[in-house]
Amino acid sequence: MSPTMSQSNAVSMPKRIALQGKYETLMMLSNGEQLVLAVVLPIIALFGLTFTDLLEGVAPRSIDAAVPGVLALCVISTAFTGQGIGTGFDRRYGVLRMFSTTPLGKAGLIFGKVIAVLTVLAIQVVLITIVALLLGWEPNLLGIIPAVLFLLLGAATFTALGLLIAGTVRPEATLAITNLAWVLLAGVGGVLFPLTMAPAWLQPTLDALPSAALGDALRAALIEGHFSLASVIFLVLWAAAGSFAAIKLFKWN
Amino acid sequence: MVSSVTPSLIISELSKDLGPVPALNNRMLRVLDSVSLKALPGQVTTLLGSNGAGKSTTLACAQGLLRPEGGTIELLGQDPFGDNPDLRSRVGVMLQDGGLPPSMRPIPLLRHVAGMYKKPIDIDALITRLDLESFGSRTIRRLSGGQKQRVALALALAGDPEVLFLDEPSAGLDPQSRQVVFDLISEQRDLGKAIVLTTHLMDDAQRLSDYVYIIDKGRTVTQGTVTELTTLAASEHENRPVNFGASPSLELPQPPAGLHLSETAPGEYHLTGVSSAEHLNWLTSWWAREGILPTHMNLQARSLEDVFLEFAQKEETV
Repeated sequence: MSPTMSQSNAVSMPKRIALQGKYETLMMLSNGEQLVLAVVLPIIALFGLTFTDLLEGVAPRSIDAAVPGVLALCVISTAFTGQGIGTGFDRRYGVLRMFSTTPLGKAGLIFGKVIAVLTVLAIQVVLITIVALLLGWEPNLLGIIPAVLFLLLGAATFTALGLLIAGTVRPEATLAITNLAWVLLAGVGGVLFPLTMAPAWLQPTLDALPSAALGDALRAALIEGHFSLASVIFLVLWAAAGSFAAIKLFKWN
Repeated sequence: MVSSVTPSLIISELSKDLGPVPALNNRMLRVLDSVSLKALPGQVTTLLGSNGAGKSTTLACAQGLLRPEGGTIELLGQDPFGDNPDLRSRVGVMLQDGGLPPSMRPIPLLRHVAGMYKKPIDIDALITRLDLESFGSRTIRRLSGGQKQRVALALALAGDPEVLFLDEPSAGLDPQSRQVVFDLISEQRDLGKAIVLTTHLMDDAQRLSDYVYIIDKGRTVTQGTVTELTTLAASEHENRPVNFGASPSLELPQPPAGLHLSETAPGEYHLTGVSSAEHLNWLTSWWAREGILPTHMNLQARSLEDVFLEFAQKEETV
């Protein structure tokens, strides 16, 4: 056997992950339903909440009360619902298995998905920010950096939870669960509407949701410029539990 | 000669359980029982067996996709388990279900996968060879089974691998693409690649293989080169039927003991029990006596199918 035959023929890990990230991003962006979920519905929510008085009392101006929740909704659309459904069907069609036989491997696959989630999320945040600024949004500048941190933490948490569902149940069930969860979390999970608006008896349960932690943390940051340490701890715990369960329970085929 | 070459794949005493199976009171089902095999570079090694015999499970273990309960696997001198990108970069895999993302188009997918390798195969040549352009504008979802097979084979070859695993490579192929695929496989073999493939088609095994393992119910029942297997036991009880055509309703002579001559259809004759040249001599002297010149005749060789059936029957009776 010639000496060149025994060397690695794989490009470097960062290069593999970058390639896969680009591939996964294009897959997400070329899917019509995912675009509706990622861009169209959040923008409708932004207009709806800005031009009604549904969020009265949350902030002096309704646009300022609406934007943080819409950004939280973007995280759930992309990291949880969109990514979960995509991964569920990849698993069904053996795509995960196929990629895990290439130099990309399982770790590369996951990192590729994380890059795609972050890229699509960045596009969403830029779009929402532009539309919101045109509508007269005035965020609290002290809260920008904490908000970015919360968006990243939220993306990690919901990616782990999305992978957990996609890796354990049938793709049809993943589709149903993650879409239903999106609707419920958006409506009553503390994403668009602060938990203080919920009935008192429901609040302790809702407090335990990662969606509430994310929504409330973004509102605290972008409305009051306040950094919510409790929300950070909460999101980190959810991310850790979700990742641990996903690693333990994920079935590749 | 053969023993001086380092095998690319060595599997010893592999066993694998699947389950729990509800039909077996939730016990585990042993799907592989002490399977051992070797694959050499420059050879096509075939796992031949019926559906469910354990061929794909054996490959999945060899590729590191499925952990066995027992036994050892050495792929290019390394353990296939664990996320080892360097090892995977030297091994190409064509899965039975293809594992192709339905919403992608074939050529961008192939180029994407080829990007994972430092020295991929000549992708343009491969695209032409497998005629992927002819359906390049369609998403994988809209391809026929045979077209998907060609894409899956292209993906397996993308990294110009030293070891090529092909699970049922000819499934769903029309005769023309089958020829292209077989030529590609033979070429890879001639380039010194170790090729391990599974098939349930005797004909494919006979045409492609250098070495065959017949697998039945999770066990290797016999192994050898195609010639070895088909000449095996020839001395013991070889029985080669002779078929020939002549005018219908001939008056049939009484054959020597052990032979049986019959007219199976008008003008089609069948002689069984032929095990020596003497028997053929008897047949041709009858033709000479009666002035019969057959329109066609053939002496059936022992095929891999006969070997397979023989061993499958032995298994049944054990």
